Amino acid sequence: MEDLKKFLINEVLLFESDTLPADTEKRLQEIRRERTSKPVIFISSGTAGLIAGAGKTFQAAQAFIGDNEPGAEIVKVGCSGPANFEPFVCIQLPGKNKLFFRNITEDKVDTLLNGVFHNDINKDDLVGQQGGRGFELWPGIQFMDEISFFARQRRVVLNNCGCYDPESVEEYIARGGYKSYVKTIRHYTYEEVCNIIEQSGLRGRSGGGYPTGLKWKQALNTGSSSRFLICNAKESDPGAFTDRLMLESDPHRLIEGIAIAAYAIGASTAIIFFRRGSEHAYKRLKRAIESARDYGLIGHNIMSSGFNLDIIIRKEPGAFVCGEETALVSTLEGRRGMPQLKPPYPTTSGLYGKPTVINNVETLMNVPLIMQNGPEWFNSLGTEKSPGTKVFAVAGKGRMSGVVEVEMGTTVREILDDIADGIKEGKELKAVQLGGASGSFITGDSLDIPVDYDAMKEKGIGMGAGGFIIIDETTCMVDLVRHLMEFMHTESCGKCIPCREGTGRMLEILESVIRKPVSEDSGTTLERFKGVMQLETIASVMRDTSLCGLGQTAPNPFLSALKNFRDEFEEHIFDRKCRANICRGLRTFTIDVDKCTGCTACASKCPVNAIYGTRLQPFFIVEDKCIGCGICYDICKFSAIKVK
Amino acid sequence: MNTEIDSILKKYKPGRRDELIPLMQEIQDVNGHLSEEAIVKIGNYIGLSTTKIYGLATFYDQFRFIPAGKIRVTVCNGTSCFLNGSKAVINAIRELTGLQPGQTARDGIFSYEIVTCMGGCNNGPVISINDEYYPYVKPEQIPELLNKLKFIIEND
Repeated sequence: MEDLKKFLINEVLLFESDTLPADTEKRLQEIRRERTSKPVIFISSGTAGLIAGAGKTFQAAQAFIGDNEPGAEIVKVGCSGPANFEPFVCIQLPGKNKLFFRNITEDKVDTLLNGVFHNDINKDDLVGQQGGRGFELWPGIQFMDEISFFARQRRVVLNNCGCYDPESVEEYIARGGYKSYVKTIRHYTYEEVCNIIEQSGLRGRSGGGYPTGLKWKQALNTGSSSRFLICNAKESDPGAFTDRLMLESDPHRLIEGIAIAAYAIGASTAIIFFRRGSEHAYKRLKRAIESARDYGLIGHNIMSSGFNLDIIIRKEPGAFVCGEETALVSTLEGRRGMPQLKPPYPTTSGLYGKPTVINNVETLMNVPLIMQNGPEWFNSLGTEKSPGTKVFAVAGKGRMSGVVEVEMGTTVREILDDIADGIKEGKELKAVQLGGASGSFITGDSLDIPVDYDAMKEKGIGMGAGGFIIIDETTCMVDLVRHLMEFMHTESCGKCIPCREGTGRMLEILESVIRKPVSEDSGTTLERFKGVMQLETIASVMRDTSLCGLGQTAPNPFLSALKNFRDEFEEHIFDRKCRANICRGLRTFTIDVDKCTGCTACASKCPVNAIYGTRLQPFFIVEDKCIGCGICYDICKFSAIKVK
Repeated sequence: MNTEIDSILKKYKPGRRDELIPLMQEIQDVNGHLSEEAIVKIGNYIGLSTTKIYGLATFYDQFRFIPAGKIRVTVCNGTSCFLNGSKAVINAIRELTGLQPGQTARDGIFSYEIVTCMGGCNNGPVISINDEYYPYVKPEQIPELLNKLKFIIEND
């Protein structure tokens, strides 16, 4: 191991030229497992994989190898994106292209491995092949990049994800990692690095799209003696899991990005503000930092450049609002995570009053690539004003889901139709929600909007940090908006009254819309109408008077749902009907007299005893008592129960 | 338990407010919750009044003041799981255990909480029981699943 470490540091990292000598390259190929004499099995083991059962797949593969192919090697790699394919297994036979198989659960392992080792490939689970120069092709098997999920993507930030063992710093270095970092700290000044990033046009990927180079310069030019870099890895938007995938699958690139950014602003302490609940990613990141420290890439006087850096991980204690910059700083200082008035911005007065740069995970993942390939390369990707790529976590009702990366300028419709492959079970699309809980809904013609900060801002759509949720016709928009508002209400920190009270009032009004009326004659109807009339006013006050993004954007889902699905809201309010049959309070059931056999199954299960009748005679439901839970509907074997 | 808290405290510098949250996190990781005694001790060590520490701890979702149950259920209620029916799963758990999120049953067996996203968005609704994930959970499965675990624990 020591020998390998010396080789990697002296012959690779400290080697002055970008092109390495042939024999060094040859050894690196071996570390990258490109030249192997034994079969290698790669098992995707990110969180998505583990949920699907990759841990058991790994054990089964290990048992099989032990019994049948003792020479073979099993590697736990990161997750490459397609969550539907998990547990995703890749097999590389010596000298041949890699083969990818999907949904390899524990029970399928033996048959699969037996088949592959005896040249009898099971085509049912096969996804495709992937390879490079000098590898033998598998005839009649499509390539991975021909599959629509991968074909429309432009994988730059994610190119390492799912390809190597994230716990091995050696492999990362063999893939060209840390080289640009070592070059940066040895040959560039702080200003030069800031200039390169500014020229590249990289913009913050957390949604705001603020130019990263400019932010760094602001902190650098403050003249303070100490500065801080914070990596905001607290993605807590429901439905967004891009950062977590990157942390799990390619932690070293993030560390490299953090290290370069810390150097550029002259910070000697970097803090990773980590999301709670991603234990798997936490372990991997921690191990990655340890091994980087072991290689002398973090610490004192790194690679004799005179640059010192320490990276600390701090786990967030669980508050949605802490993702906001100033609230994040408050949390790190051991106070309540409440946003502060800006300015001063954290770049002039942040953590402990010192200049602090806060960058998102995806932003920092881009940094090593820019330093490696130059700002012109980065500029050539994407659109003029928003260069580069954007990573999205596609989830919800799409046929495919997972983490995808597209070039800026790709339209939302392209992601939806080509990458996500349309809607599950042939249902109709209702909307796409970008940007987590406070994102707007995109429907109809707006779907042709390109992924671009300015184009989206013009239309009043926030790009968000990477959530991409597909909603189909089986979802009730009013119920969904209520759900999101409930989330916002719980997560409001309570500092600004418009947000604290506004989210509560909006939630109450939305609840009254979907609640069952006790009696239509009493004041409830009037109350409901009055409330609905006020919703828009509350929303606009919240947007104008809240301090931070949470309060300002909290009404977004409601406003955009109202704009696009006004008829659905009106139906709930006036007709007291829910077309998706989701809202319990608006459902009433009746029993079809002709079909009911009087089996008493529904009456015995009804939680409020609203079903009456005599055995073997048709039963009936007392409407006033019915709470619309639908238990009777599900239990009836004769489909005698109808929704009214 | 006393000595445990003391040995954790020693790892942190006294009087440093910025280390308060990691300190509380570590104590909770070891003890499972923040006891009154622990909060008083932290207060003395950091130099803050107990009310301030309690105020801070209640602001964040992570900290709990009663021990978690032997069966810790976490339900994902992220937008994707919500679309796939997490609400019904939550209702099933609520009906079965009679608990509100964050509460622990009197016999100390069940406790459950709701989180916003566990990252299994494709396999929703996802729940985790004692850190083991269960994908595609249906409300009908809940009683069987939990009662089986309860049976194992009671007979252990």
